[in-house]
Amino acid sequence: MTTPAQLDASHLVNIRKRLVRMHYESGVGHIGGNLSCIDALSVLLNERMGSEDHLVLSKGHSAGALYVALWSAGKLRDEDLTTFHRDDTLLAGHPPASGLKDVLFATGSLGHGLSLAAGTALAQRLKGESGHVYCLTSDGEWQEGSTWEALIFACHQKLTNLTILVDHNRLQGFGGTDDVASMAPLWDKLQGFDIDVQIVEGHDLEQIRASLDRPADRPRLMVLETTKGKGVSFMENRMEWHYLPLDEKHYQLAIEELSRS
Amino acid sequence: MRKPLCDSLVARSKNPNMVFLTGDLGFMALEPLQQTMGERFINAGVAEQNMISVAAALARQGLDAWVYSIAPFCYARPFEQIRNDIAFHHLPVKLVGNGGGYGYGVMGPTHHAIEDYGILLALPNLTAYVPVFDQDIPAVIDAAGDSSTASYIRLGRGEQPADFEVPAYAPWRQLLKGHGAPVVAVGPLAGTYIQVLREMPEATRPSLWAVAELPIHRHAPPAELLEQIDRTGHLCVAEEHVERGSFGAEFALYLMKQGKQARISHLYARAHHYPRYGSQNYLRKASGLDPQSLLLALADPS
Repeated sequence: MTTPAQLDASHLVNIRKRLVRMHYESGVGHIGGNLSCIDALSVLLNERMGSEDHLVLSKGHSAGALYVALWSAGKLRDEDLTTFHRDDTLLAGHPPASGLKDVLFATGSLGHGLSLAAGTALAQRLKGESGHVYCLTSDGEWQEGSTWEALIFACHQKLTNLTILVDHNRLQGFGGTDDVASMAPLWDKLQGFDIDVQIVEGHDLEQIRASLDRPADRPRLMVLETTKGKGVSFMENRMEWHYLPLDEKHYQLAIEELSRS
Repeated sequence: MRKPLCDSLVARSKNPNMVFLTGDLGFMALEPLQQTMGERFINAGVAEQNMISVAAALARQGLDAWVYSIAPFCYARPFEQIRNDIAFHHLPVKLVGNGGGYGYGVMGPTHHAIEDYGILLALPNLTAYVPVFDQDIPAVIDAAGDSSTASYIRLGRGEQPADFEVPAYAPWRQLLKGHGAPVVAVGPLAGTYIQVLREMPEATRPSLWAVAELPIHRHAPPAELLEQIDRTGHLCVAEEHVERGSFGAEFALYLMKQGKQARISHLYARAHHYPRYGSQNYLRKASGLDPQSLLLALADPS
């Protein structure tokens, strides 16, 4: 895929199709939560992040979305994606500890990423660097106490160079987030901290861009209202697509549907 | 050891890359460091998991990251953060745990650190420092600070007799010479044995060795110690650490790999098994780590 200056709907369709194909060819699940965050990751990596900026994928189980977003931005090759989840790959099921320049940290154990992002942002401030740090968390991840430790720290340290994104697709491993350990309404609780909170339609590119570009004198937090399995109707809002790999029939249906969109 | 620690860190903080994080500890001890470092001294609050990951990220960005807390809060609460965020990424974060072993004695079991280096040395890319004397601290801070691996510094309380001249810091040091079977003690515990052992006749007195850096493959045991083990066929190891994951177990495996045969007496921490608590010395005695227990073990190796 050639790297566009600005993504449009057709780019996103191609990115989604490549994501679905990669997961199908590798026999790997977690597609639902990858489709919910791919829009925000693609905007970040293609349009907003410069050489001094950093991204921490705290929801490490969306590694597939990260790899495909990196591919869309010209930072991974198509043949790299064919190694996903296979023997001798750099593209592990969760981001690896080394080998990929654009992946700072191995993640996959929830509740670590926001602290790592906060530390990176603090380091940039101490070094007088101008970069910005982005951290994508899942909504279920806010059940981890360490995530709240990190939020307290980021706010107290006034890390204005940190933007936290929450993929609020409302489904986690074995139920809805409101059914398992409700934090609803999550953003009300987050707004209790000294942080700039904005609710964003997580599949609307213009809203994502506008929120990212909004100036803030505090750490920023974007609650991305997303749909698990977005773009593939039989996956949307279905918990089983947190885990299931695609069989041939589901793969063809998904590609046909995405091709019509 | 907190005073020499603070002094050594103040000296090191001339390096503008140094960042120090504390988990809300250091009252009446670290204020000079706080005043010297300014914004590079960060009280991360009562949130050790976050503190460790922040330190990992600071190190990832090339900063010299130090973390300080009471020992168990430094390694037990945030173990996964140490494993995933520091060790997996080969980041040279320095973890300073105060009150190692039974240092917080009567404060209770939550404050004891008697499985610390065994747990941490199961991770890759990590070195444990167990300074023996207060005088060791500057050298330990330099060694850990300049190391390319992550470090865990277990601080205790230097306990040498007043008239004992402390030899210059080294990972292995012979503190007393004798013709008996050698005793190897980890960290400050070695200092507690000096007085009773030097009162023994030289013919039966053990050589007393102190070890201050682990794991053993970083610094092989001195040839003189190995010769003493060969000659006497007996070795006594003492440490304020549980048996599993202990230095004693590691040393025994090392000797077996070298093809050496010796009877090993192992004195180790046991007091998680006791219902009552007391001072560090009380708990050492309960574990059979006090000087009198050592003499009994030497007299009856069985």
